[in-house]
This record gives sequence, C-alpha cells and structure tokens, in this order.
Amino acid sequence: MISREDVEHVARLARLALDGAELERMREQLDGILAYIDTLRGLDTAGVEPTSHAVPLVNVMREDERRPCLSQDDALANAPDRHDAFFRVPRIIED
Amino acid sequence: MLGTTIHELTTAFARGERSPVATAEAYLARIEALDAKVGAYLTVMRDEALAAARDAEARYRAGRPLGPLDGAPIALKDVFCTRGVRTTCGSRILERFVPPYDATMVTRLRTAGAILLGKTNMDEFAMGSSTEHSAFHVTRNPWDLGRVPGGSSGGSAAAVAGGLAAGAFGTDTGGSVRQPAAFCGVVGLKPTYGRVSRYGLIAFASSLDHVAPFALDVVDTARLLGAVAGHDPLDATSVSVPVPDYEAELAGGVKGLRIGVPDEYFGTGLDPEIERAVRAAIEVLRDLGATIERVSLPTTEHGVATYYIVAPAEASSNLARYDGVKYGLRVPGKDLIDMAGRTRAAGFGAEVKRRIMLGTYALSAGYHDAYYGQAQKVRTLVRREFEAAFARVDLLAAPTTPGVAFPHGAKADPLAMYMNDVYTIPASMTGLPAVSVPCGFSAAGLPIGLQLIGRALDEVTLLRAAHAYEQATPWRRRRPDLG
Repeated sequence: MISREDVEHVARLARLALDGAELERMREQLDGILAYIDTLRGLDTAGVEPTSHAVPLVNVMREDERRPCLSQDDALANAPDRHDAFFRVPRIIED
Repeated sequence: MLGTTIHELTTAFARGERSPVATAEAYLARIEALDAKVGAYLTVMRDEALAAARDAEARYRAGRPLGPLDGAPIALKDVFCTRGVRTTCGSRILERFVPPYDATMVTRLRTAGAILLGKTNMDEFAMGSSTEHSAFHVTRNPWDLGRVPGGSSGGSAAAVAGGLAAGAFGTDTGGSVRQPAAFCGVVGLKPTYGRVSRYGLIAFASSLDHVAPFALDVVDTARLLGAVAGHDPLDATSVSVPVPDYEAELAGGVKGLRIGVPDEYFGTGLDPEIERAVRAAIEVLRDLGATIERVSLPTTEHGVATYYIVAPAEASSNLARYDGVKYGLRVPGKDLIDMAGRTRAAGFGAEVKRRIMLGTYALSAGYHDAYYGQAQKVRTLVRREFEAAFARVDLLAAPTTPGVAFPHGAKADPLAMYMNDVYTIPASMTGLPAVSVPCGFSAAGLPIGLQLIGRALDEVTLLRAAHAYEQATPWRRRRPDLG
C-alpha cells in the first residue's frame, strides 16, 4: 500500500507539481498498478543475472576528433528564454 | 489509391504510367478530404512533399530513380525528429518544438527519395495502446470510426489502413506498432533491437524502443525496413552487421520451417474469434509445408508486470530532460525546481505523469532492488525461455493481441489498457524481431493479426514466412470504406 506521503515524495523527486486531487488520484492508481506488479516479487530469481539490454553490448569507442555539430543558433532556436548565447533560467545563487 | 502498395506505385512510376507528383497530390487531397474523420495526422507537410515529389518525378523522367522507395508517399509518427518540421511527440510540452536536425531514419528515407507526407498522431511520448492519450485529438480506426486504431503508433497505422499514406513508420516499445497493425488490418514489423538506428527518435524507454514500419503488404514492409536498417555511428546500440536485401529474400516459402506455437499465448483472456483465426492461420502455414509444434514460454504471464517496471523506470529518466530550460514548454516559477515542477505538471498528460511516477518510485531508494532489479532478472528468464524455444524451432506463431480494436473510452482503467500488450511485450523485452500480419476478421468486420516472432537479426526468415502466409490468403485485398 503506497501512502500519500510516498506519493508526495516521489512527485518531488520526479519534479511534478501535482495538486491535492491529482496526488490522491495518483495514489489510488499507483496502488492498483503496484499491487499487480508486486506479483513479480514472488518469482524465484536467485542467481539470475539481470538483463539491462536486449542485445549484448560492449563499450563503443571512437577517436576524439573535431566534427561538425549544431550551430549555436540552431541549438538555442527552441529555447524558451534565450540571452545572447545562453539559456536563461531563474536565479539559482543568491546575491 | 486505396490499397495501392508502394511496389505497385514505384513500378508504375518507372514505366511512366503514373506520376510521383500526381500521386503525392492525390494522397494530399485524400488527407484533406478524409483526415477530419480519421485524425491520423498532426502535421501535414504539403509543400515539402510536393517539392520532394517534383524531384522524384525528374529522376524517373531521367531514368535514374534513387531506389525502390523513390516517390513513395510515407507518413512518420510524430516521434521522429524532422528538421524544420514541428515534432510534438503527441505532447503539449513539445507543442512548438521544431527539431534542428533529422533522425537518422528520416535522413535515410529522404536519401531513398521517399515523399514525407506528414507527422502522425500518437499516444503522448508513445505511452499507450489506443492513441487516446495524444494531447491533441483522438485517432479513429478506418474500419470502424467508433473504435481506436490501437497505439501508440495509431496515427501511422490508421493512415496506411485508410489510404492516407502508402506506408508509414512508427515505434514499437511494448507493441506500439504490432498492436495497431493488428487493429487496423495492415502489416507491422518490429525489427531486432539495434537493427535500425534510434538517433533522432524521441526517447521513451531506450532499451526497448524500436523503429518499425507499417505497410499494406510484406513486400512493402521488407522494402521499408531495408531503407532504414543498418549501423549508425550516432546510435551506440545499433548493431554493425550486414543488412540483407530483404525484398530479394522473400521468396522461398516455409517448406521445412519449424514453427512453434507457445501454449501461454492461447490462455484465458484471448478472444475466441482471435484464437480461431490465428489457429486457422497456423494451419495454413502447415499446409504450406511448415512443421508445427507446441512450445512453452511459462514466464509470459509475468511479462506485463516486468515491462511496467522497466519501461516507466527508463522513461522517468529519459523524460527528466523536459524541465523548461532548453526547449519545449516553460511555466515560470520562483526558482529552477519550482519552474521544472510547474512546467512538467502543465506539459505532461495523465498517463505520462503516471508512468514517470511509477518509474521514479521503482528506482527510488529502498525500492530499486525489489522492483527494477527484480524486473531485470525476470527479463533474463524471459530471454532464456525464448533461447530454449529457438533451439527447437525457427519461428513462433501467436496472436498479436488478445482482443480486436475496442471502442474509444472502453479502457479507462490503466491496468486494463496495459493488459493489451500481453502478447507483444515479450518480443520487445528480448529485442527479437516480430511481425503482425492480417489473418482474418471478426464477425463484426474488425481485423485480426497473426504475430510471428523470429530469432535475433533473422528478419529474413520472419518476412519470408509472413510473405508466404499473405500470398496464400485473401485478407490484404479487403480495405475499409472511408467514403
């Protein structure tokens, strides 16, 4: 059973500013989904290696050399708030 | 136009019997006349499409087409980045996002001469099985406008089924191409993980996302796969192995092929009409010379639960980038964290929020091992079962979905919606190639899909069997009537 406090904590971690009604609806729905997902916990997986990817992967390396890339204007074209060559955000560090 | 395949179109282009420009115009006119009913498209690329069609026409006139897709009118799910063309991913948070680059698969389609007609509707961030979770509008199934086309690539499936594109691409993470293909009576192929580059595809669950084509028949499917397959240095998970000529390999039939039928795909919850159609399809494959045997994949019943840990966990991490800073929606806040929280609350729909919450919970301190760790181990069990099955058989045959297309609003409960993916999820989690081919209709006239699952990187055998089945049956000739 997931508590209201758990849901509020997870919403903070996930950076989702949910209102009271949304938090309650989320709690109910997550409760139902987690109850279903919890069936997995009974499965014996002792000694089983985890699979993180569908195909076996090794590190893919390349030479570290200069290549063409997006222009500064292209990279900033979708910025909600741009100042010169920067993304502008609310002040983080106090004076 | 309705029911005309890409290979028929390009053959006619080469013979001078059809004009690529007139063909593109005809599709655009059909979209203008009929898409208000279907809702397949979010953005129609009229000017770009006509310009590309004029170039294709000039190449055919000069007797030098670029290849087997030159002039083919194709639709793209709005999850693929298209340079200069708005790409929303079905979300308010990207409503005004205009990518500064093309996805690798888009570059390859352009290079092959394909005509991009537009961007199609989808469940927001590809999370859903009905296309009802689009932030913009619902898409209707061309076979019955009161029903969903499936999802999350429902716009692309409906476009092909309704003759609003000759072929299309979607993405398949837990079944998002095979399931809408089954619901809309078209072919949908999820290639092997790594076969097609994911570069420029807006990420949902990176270990599960696959670029996947829709087509009216298997020849077109092979052609579309061939155009986008192959290694890409921009996607570290794309595999560096040769790409066969899929179309040239289609002939050969299924004689001597061993096909396994997994018991667990015919259990409780399967619509009897679908069971009948799929079992009849398996008999057709037997009559064509395949050997049929029963196999068992006992962990199938745990697939949905496993998927709904792994996919949301990866999504919660991938979608952390939508914070109002670099692109997309921004809702002002008193500080950076407040701004991100408000932006995400306003920009994401209910299903996306649910999955982000679920994934964040499954990865959070104290729960990580019990949920995410356990799910990854179950993923190994699923993989081992498939390996054991493929030691005995060459292909698996099963239903694509437990039911036919359902009415809009019928699956308001999230879990009921998730259960739709029960037969498609295992091939997603194992990365195995799988195709849905039309195998009949319900009494109410709704399409049914046969799913074939193959060995890793063996799309050749998969497509060959699908082609043999399709050629032996009449289903592809029946098309919906949109007026």
